[in-house]
Amino acid sequence: MTNRAGRVSVVDVALTFRRSDGPLLALDGVSLDVEPGEIVALIGPNGSGKSTLLRAIAGLLTPDRGGVTLDGRPVTEPDPAVGLVFQEPRLLPWRSVAANIAYPLELAGWPRARRDARVSELLELVGLEGAAGARPSQLSGGMRQRVALSRALALEPRVLLLDEPFSALDALTRERLNVELLDLWARTATTGIVVTHSIPEAIFLADRVIVLSARPGRVLADLPVPLPRPRDMSTLDDAVVSPLARIVRRHLEDVAA
Amino acid sequence: MTRIGAITVLGAFVVALAGWKAIVVVGGLPPFILPPPEAVAGRLVEALAEGTITPHFAATLVEVVLGFAVGAGLALVIGYGLARSALVERLLSPYLVAAQATPILALAPLLALWFGPGLLSKVVICALIVFFPVAVATMVGIRSVDAGLLELGRSLRATRRQVLTTLEIPAALPSILGGMRVGVTLAVVGAIVGEWAGAERGLGVLVNLARGSLFDIPLMFATLVTIAALGVALYLLVILVERRLVGAR
Repeated sequence: MTNRAGRVSVVDVALTFRRSDGPLLALDGVSLDVEPGEIVALIGPNGSGKSTLLRAIAGLLTPDRGGVTLDGRPVTEPDPAVGLVFQEPRLLPWRSVAANIAYPLELAGWPRARRDARVSELLELVGLEGAAGARPSQLSGGMRQRVALSRALALEPRVLLLDEPFSALDALTRERLNVELLDLWARTATTGIVVTHSIPEAIFLADRVIVLSARPGRVLADLPVPLPRPRDMSTLDDAVVSPLARIVRRHLEDVAA
Repeated sequence: MTRIGAITVLGAFVVALAGWKAIVVVGGLPPFILPPPEAVAGRLVEALAEGTITPHFAATLVEVVLGFAVGAGLALVIGYGLARSALVERLLSPYLVAAQATPILALAPLLALWFGPGLLSKVVICALIVFFPVAVATMVGIRSVDAGLLELGRSLRATRRQVLTTLEIPAALPSILGGMRVGVTLAVVGAIVGEWAGAERGLGVLVNLARGSLFDIPLMFATLVTIAALGVALYLLVILVERRLVGAR
């Protein structure tokens, strides 16, 4: 593994969508810093621009004002050092699980042998060795999202961005995948930014919870999570009842009011 | 196909033949109006043995294959352009629809005049008739590519070419092959129409000969059966390709 930095800086980002019914200001003056290896949760009401902010960090959207840097370099387009997991798995339905995980490697021009070796590593990492030849349509929702996760990790990114990755799954699968995600993060030492709607999920996963306001999105609060690591399933209960949960909720309620 | 399925298909075929025979017998139809199935089958075997049908069949097959290749090939390129550029669609679609709305039967004599009585005019007519369904299917297929997958491609820095080969073509393939199923049977129609507008050889010519100077109605029916069989065979070929390419999704 190369230099495992992964520092993300967002400086005074404003972003407007030009739509047919007029411009829509999605983000207005958002600034935040994420240290290498740190995990940050973005939480906010609908329309607070959480996903927009994530896409700006991923280089998929260009801010009108301000900018994003990754390890000091400005982000102007998608960067191989950034892995992205969407709300939906977004798997290629005509490809097997293994071929889906190999997709980023293929696009990046990796030779066959190296690709195959990396895919085996990734399948093992997310516990999908047995499903390598299966089609996405044969998998459960949780397994599909695991495939998407390993695809995002394929190029050994320094930063992993997740856009409500498990929100479409049932509660139990979601909890299990969150535990797996923490484990994965511990093993790959990636910086993480995760967008979520769930207060306990944000607290359970993150070192810091950043609360965004309603449209246009601004940073309302930046709250450190006092729970120790490593965390496991029992930490999840602590996350639900932690005083921090109440604070985050109050911020969100203020926004809604 | 399952065994039961195969038996059903075979049974339906037998029933259709029996119905044909019944119409001949009950209606008391003379063979120059509707020959019975066994007479047609006998004439077909005889014509094949004599080599009456083979050169005509070969001529038509070449026209259909070339015409389909040219028409479908152009349709893939233009269909992609229609899907990806609003300008291209606005510029081209009126002409495409107008060309499609003009009956090929009315255009064929003109095309035969322009391109001569040989192979070229048939290929042009086939290509013209194949073009529209394949172009529309390509356009619909390319437009149906999931926007989420395109964003994924962008996030992985896929080049235009990679987007085309790894996302757009695989996603559009079922639709394109559906268009080709229609196109390939229309190609047979195009070849026959082209031959009627003037040709020396081809199954369409043989139908005319059998009806006219030869007055061999069983031969005419045998030729019609051959034309139908050609269409069915090509259709099944496309389905076979489809199974191989998109079967396992």
